[in-house]
Amino acid sequence: MRKTGFLLASLAASLIATTALADTAVKIGVLNDRSGIYADVAGEGSVIAARMAVEDFGAADKGITVEIVSADHQNKPDVGVNIARQWYDQDGVDLIVDVPTSSVALAVNEITREKNKIFMNSGAATSDLTGAQCSPNTIHWTYDTWQLAHGTGSAMVENGGKSWFFVTADYAFGHALERDTSEVVKAAGGEVVGSVRTPFPGTDFSSFLLQAQSSGAQVIGLANAGGDTINSIKQASEFGITQGGQALAGLLVFISDIHALGLQTAQGLVLTESFYWDLSDQTREWSQRFGEKNGGKMPTMVQAGVYSSVLHYLKAVEATGGKETEALMAKMKEMPTDDPLFGKGVVRADGRKTHDSYLFRVKKPEDSKGPWDYYETVSTIPADKAFRPLDQGECPLVK
Amino acid sequence: MFELLGIPPQALFGQLLLGLINGAFYAMLSLGLAIIFGLLNIINFTHGAQYMMGAFVAWMLLNYLGINYWWALLLVPIIVGAFGIVIERLLISRLYHLDHLYGLLLTFGLALIIQGLFRNYYGISGLPYSIPPQLAGGQNLGFMFLPNYRGWVVAASLVVCIGTWFVIEKTRLGAYLRAATENPTLVGAFGINVPRMITLTYGFGVGLAAFAGVLAAPIYSVNPNMGADLIIVVFAVVVIGGMGSILGAIVTGFGLGLVEGLTRVFYPEGSAVVIFVIMAIVLLIKPAGLFGRTA
Repeated sequence: MRKTGFLLASLAASLIATTALADTAVKIGVLNDRSGIYADVAGEGSVIAARMAVEDFGAADKGITVEIVSADHQNKPDVGVNIARQWYDQDGVDLIVDVPTSSVALAVNEITREKNKIFMNSGAATSDLTGAQCSPNTIHWTYDTWQLAHGTGSAMVENGGKSWFFVTADYAFGHALERDTSEVVKAAGGEVVGSVRTPFPGTDFSSFLLQAQSSGAQVIGLANAGGDTINSIKQASEFGITQGGQALAGLLVFISDIHALGLQTAQGLVLTESFYWDLSDQTREWSQRFGEKNGGKMPTMVQAGVYSSVLHYLKAVEATGGKETEALMAKMKEMPTDDPLFGKGVVRADGRKTHDSYLFRVKKPEDSKGPWDYYETVSTIPADKAFRPLDQGECPLVK
Repeated sequence: MFELLGIPPQALFGQLLLGLINGAFYAMLSLGLAIIFGLLNIINFTHGAQYMMGAFVAWMLLNYLGINYWWALLLVPIIVGAFGIVIERLLISRLYHLDHLYGLLLTFGLALIIQGLFRNYYGISGLPYSIPPQLAGGQNLGFMFLPNYRGWVVAASLVVCIGTWFVIEKTRLGAYLRAATENPTLVGAFGINVPRMITLTYGFGVGLAAFAGVLAAPIYSVNPNMGADLIIVVFAVVVIGGMGSILGAIVTGFGLGLVEGLTRVFYPEGSAVVIFVIMAIVLLIKPAGLFGRTA
């Protein structure tokens, strides 16, 4: 476990502030994948984002001392739970952020409830975090499977992609994504003509893509992530599937995946994300600063979500003047969210954070001005439409 | 329409052809492993990392020096092979008198270090590498669309595999190699520099892995874990073929590619394990492998 001790309140600041403000010391744990397939999506970039949130908030000036620690959960629920338990029990961590990989997120969700701490998830996809398994201690910040399925699924059907074939990663996440998207497609008047379950992780997808090709479906839905998605898109381009008139729908694609594919291969792909660095002056300014600290790599929506969630948490700490869990959770749900990256939104009773969601299309190489200039916005889905309606999630917290 | 087990024969041919292409990679990688094990008695767990290095060095040559794919095919095996020779001289050569297990641990550790270094520097998502323009596009074979590049992969790997087999089984150099495998002391007594031969053999095996890496770069994701994902399967191929058997490695490489391809049609969920099921069966019935000699 790597520990990046990070003491923000300078001695001077705390000396000056002694009279006015009672000091609050909070400890934030960034728990994510630092070495495996999601290390570029989250990883060290999320730690950088958390630190930037602390700096931009000016925590030290406001009498809040923030320490940030980080660890690698290796995408294994048992490893994640052990770290979370140690952080809560021995290291005095108050808040865990990020946690990509749905299985790990669900496990950390449980332990956080048990220890009555706070968990603000940015990295995981499963909509169960605010559904059947919702918790009074958890906020799901950036995106979820419902949002992705609806964003990409309904847009493709509206544009004439009526028949679908799924290439699905053969584990819980892939099945959930296929299920959610199939429902959207059918509800919108489309049909699902077939699907194939591919072993995870996979290298060669050509034979599955060939099955998708011979199905004659108009849209091939990629219900997979990371390296699986990269390999599928790369090989679909090689086998002339998109040139043959079939469209590819990436159901969970991050900008780091597009960077790995290159525009030549990825062009035309339609995908849903909650954030893109080139949306507004504010996102550009922040992303520029982030990129300088992150070896030139632009932020993913997960890393942006970590920044935004830490910022909201610190606002609540400032407002309540303490770090008592119930008071903070109540405050975070009561205060509307507003930050430069995601704009305005709310944290709902079920723990779902809402904001606008975007349907992007990957640019052609000739339309791109340079590295990281990858997306053009097809449509914006407003915050109140982008996520699952509150009454449909079967979350016990919603009365 | 005529169908075979519920699958139109045309789809079946397509899948068989794809299986053959995957088999080409298995064959090239397991060939390198078999040669190294045969002569050095080292179970080279670094093989996957060396395959990954092949793909990365091809990317580096293109992006830093502007050297294209065709030159990379020639240069990368030499560069990565030279790296292998350094590793062999510095580290592996110290372990020949010890049990297999030490070589396995050393090479496994090296693989983790190499992968970690690349991951630290290049990230995990991988890097883009395009198909060379001369091989872009494809042929419509009637039953499937065959990308030109895949055809090239099969042809190139067949030439390399058969060439290697020919050198080892049919030439004087190969005879020395095989003799040194049997009895290095005796061969040394005839005035042949056995340690140098061993070093060059390791370099050649590593070069084969790097060559496969360059071939893979345009079609698979070029990322630090690309070798780790593949190497376990390749080890199963080597075990099925018979440890150290050259012909066994080639034939089972292609053969298992076909079997895997068929599994992807009839039971896709099982395609990741079918090779290991076969390995278990072969180990039970013929522990030395299909082409192996029992000691």
